Amino acid sequence: MRVNVTVNGESRRADNVWEGESLLYVLRERLGLPGSKNACEQGECGSCTVDLDGVPACACLVAAGQAEGREVVTVEGLADGEALDPVQEAFVDRGAVQCGFCTPGLLVAAHDLIERVPDPSDVEIREALAGNLCRCTGYEKILDAVRDAAARKAVR
Amino acid sequence: MSAPARSPQELHDTIAGGIGESPLRPDGTLKVRGEFAYSSDLWHEDMLWGATLRSPHPHARIVRLDVSRALAQPGVHAVLTHEDVPGENVYGLKFQDTPALAADLVRYQGEPIAILAADHPEIARQALKEIVVEYDVLEPITDPERAAHDDTLPKLHPGGNLVRHQRIVKGDPAATADVVVSGVYEIGMQDQAFLGPESGLAVPAEDGGVDLYLATQWLHVDQRQTAKALGLPLEKVRLTLSGVGGAFGGREDLSMQIHSCMLALRTGRPVKMSYNRLESFFGHVHRHPAKMYYEHGATRDGKLVYVRAKLYFDGGAYASKTPVVVGNGTTLSVGPYDVPNAHIEGWGVYTNNPTCGAMRGLGAVQPTYAYESQMDKLAAALDMDPAELRIRNALSEGSTVVTGQVVDFPAPVAELVQRVRDLPLPPEPTGARDIRELPGGASNTTHGEGVVRGVGYGVTIKNISYAEGLDDYSTARVRLEVLGGEPVAMVHTAAAEVGQGLVTLQQQIARTELGVTRVSVHPADTSVGDAGSSSASRQTYVTGGAVRNACRAVAEAVCARLGIASEGMTLTGGKVVAADGEVVADLAELLGDTAIEETREFHHRPTYPLDPETGQGDAHVQYGFSAHRAVVDVDLELGLVKVVQLDCAQDVGKAMNPDAVVAQIQGGSAQGLGLAVMEEILVQDGKVRNPSFTDYLIPTILDMPPMRVDVLERPDPHAPYGVRGVGEPPTISATPAIANAIRAATGLELLRVPIRPEHITGV
Repeated sequence: MRVNVTVNGESRRADNVWEGESLLYVLRERLGLPGSKNACEQGECGSCTVDLDGVPACACLVAAGQAEGREVVTVEGLADGEALDPVQEAFVDRGAVQCGFCTPGLLVAAHDLIERVPDPSDVEIREALAGNLCRCTGYEKILDAVRDAAARKAVR
Repeated sequence: MSAPARSPQELHDTIAGGIGESPLRPDGTLKVRGEFAYSSDLWHEDMLWGATLRSPHPHARIVRLDVSRALAQPGVHAVLTHEDVPGENVYGLKFQDTPALAADLVRYQGEPIAILAADHPEIARQALKEIVVEYDVLEPITDPERAAHDDTLPKLHPGGNLVRHQRIVKGDPAATADVVVSGVYEIGMQDQAFLGPESGLAVPAEDGGVDLYLATQWLHVDQRQTAKALGLPLEKVRLTLSGVGGAFGGREDLSMQIHSCMLALRTGRPVKMSYNRLESFFGHVHRHPAKMYYEHGATRDGKLVYVRAKLYFDGGAYASKTPVVVGNGTTLSVGPYDVPNAHIEGWGVYTNNPTCGAMRGLGAVQPTYAYESQMDKLAAALDMDPAELRIRNALSEGSTVVTGQVVDFPAPVAELVQRVRDLPLPPEPTGARDIRELPGGASNTTHGEGVVRGVGYGVTIKNISYAEGLDDYSTARVRLEVLGGEPVAMVHTAAAEVGQGLVTLQQQIARTELGVTRVSVHPADTSVGDAGSSSASRQTYVTGGAVRNACRAVAEAVCARLGIASEGMTLTGGKVVAADGEVVADLAELLGDTAIEETREFHHRPTYPLDPETGQGDAHVQYGFSAHRAVVDVDLELGLVKVVQLDCAQDVGKAMNPDAVVAQIQGGSAQGLGLAVMEEILVQDGKVRNPSFTDYLIPTILDMPPMRVDVLERPDPHAPYGVRGVGEPPTISATPAIANAIRAATGLELLRVPIRPEHITGV
């Protein structure tokens, strides 16, 4: 089948998509956007989190056909050209990135949180990111990064 | 054939900062942009997808194997079995006992039997179902203690079911004491649960060899094992590290290396293999479960008199790192304590359970949980503060450990315990509490009624680097040249960056030693000498030492070019500077359009094998120490645990990158928390019951409490820059601290981790 989807503001088309393919597979393998990660492909780890029509979703749980005509923002769409989004800057500066495999999903989820809640409390950050597993950092520096990103956004 | 379109990048980003500072990662920006090429992102035009058929049985004989129907499927390009292994169908890290593809006997559930390559991953998965395997199913051996002693059991390997037995005897093994406590402790099978799945892309080369791009911890050991199975000389099997999504020991053994290369060589096309999470649980080794019998004897004023212990480690189907687990487990079995008398025995055995191998804290995690449980039990029997008991028995510089080795470097164990004890405790809860911070969280299972608080300690000792006589070394190549009018250094090693920040560290060392601002890191590959494994907390020590040596050789070559002795000269700010501060030369002018390149190794001082009878010997080159204090809230009715605070004090010798050190301690502590209260691969009759992230639970951001980290720097005079390995200790001491805190809260014995709700409620 053919799937038409707007990805990071650009109309994209994928041909010869199998019925069983996920949005994650289409993004990674057909549209050349490997930023969304394939860690559990079961909706448990959040590594493939993308923004789907304004709501964070695990791309591995979205059938490719379900994305037809919809708008997707992936980690590749967060930066404005060369300029990183404040949440990306904060993750780099605060050492919230180690192996980095969970980072794209965390960034999309954290970006969404700060859009909704400009000054989140620690409990709100923890609740918002509870669906994103990180195995390296112990989360402390991720919390630092999200607090910092919120502060940076407030200044801009 | 060319390199893949998505392939490992050179890391050019340089942010100023030398040793002791905390410059940012050179790969950070690539990673937050989603542009960093992990092994599962690799892509090559015309590539095929590989897949693996695995045994559903933990123990069986293969009586028929027919791949003809699978091979006939449209889109399938090759289906291979043990008969197609071009070289020797056997590999292994310590013992050569693991078939690349099972020939006749299957020894664990998930053992690879056949592999195939197809146009699309779904075609590959469907075609696996067309492979016919008939099994004669056998009774699995699953009890490690029986496997160690019962000679009537079937032999899983020609040498029997014992991988290693080690005895350690110190002082009087039959010593007696006034106060005696004993216990039998068990630890479940933990998984590394790295997020990036096992993946690699094998590209056939025109010379009949193969180029493999992959995520691993040790390129050269993979190269040696893969080349042997492929029947190729080493130089025809070239490995390049791609982005690694975490490792924690789980990438030390081979997974898809041989398989992807076999398929690429057979089809003549690039073949990518990438496991899904289910397959990842079967495709890598786990942490050894253990059963440990302990007896501690002490004087009435709390001095340890003796420790006697028997330790059983379940190695599963193949040896992997089991010999090392037995070595570490026994030599570290009494903990960071001065114990005059000891009698320790450890067994590592083969069973039909999943194969166990390396995981962070290798061999030390299990006994630490047991002896730290014992220390609390002893403190209770003596009516003594648990921290005080630990301080009173703490090992220090000059102490003799259980193997007779003298600790000839700082060992501030007592100070670590004091420091973590003296950190402020979180406030005692009063009044109405935010349910999200209680056990059970937003599930609204309690508003604080039935919740009790406890405080516990955990302290550990872990050997750093490889032990027992292994010549453990690393190699670095450093090139200094002028680019854009500025001196630039390039560091090239085969050391695996698995997330820990080694790439940053390599830049820091080169900047410090060569006095340049710009340092880039070449992708790790096998075109440079061996670096050993990114494990055993050793890379900063060993590869750091190699980069230092290579940089100093470059500096010497610079001076030689000037015709002066390097003695007293330093390279600073792009200049050669004499001891009196006089600028002798400008590097950019001196080098012009030539480069200076030097390759050096670093070997740490030798270690020695243990005496097989007494277990005495200078087995370890260095130890790391850490102490944790945990505060927990426990809902006694539901058995739910909330870790409220987890604090750590650790000696790192020299904090090469202080922020990265703290991050390692925080991340390691989270894995220790996981083992304490949630992480376990459940195995029944040799079969894994929870191979998914739905059922294997790892800590989320809601489970991990705030952490305070207190870093000590007591330089080790024998180590480069005084460093002490950092990665493993925090994982080890976090688990018993939490277990002891739950005991303190509940008054229960709790003889097994992970501690589950039913252990607390007794239901």
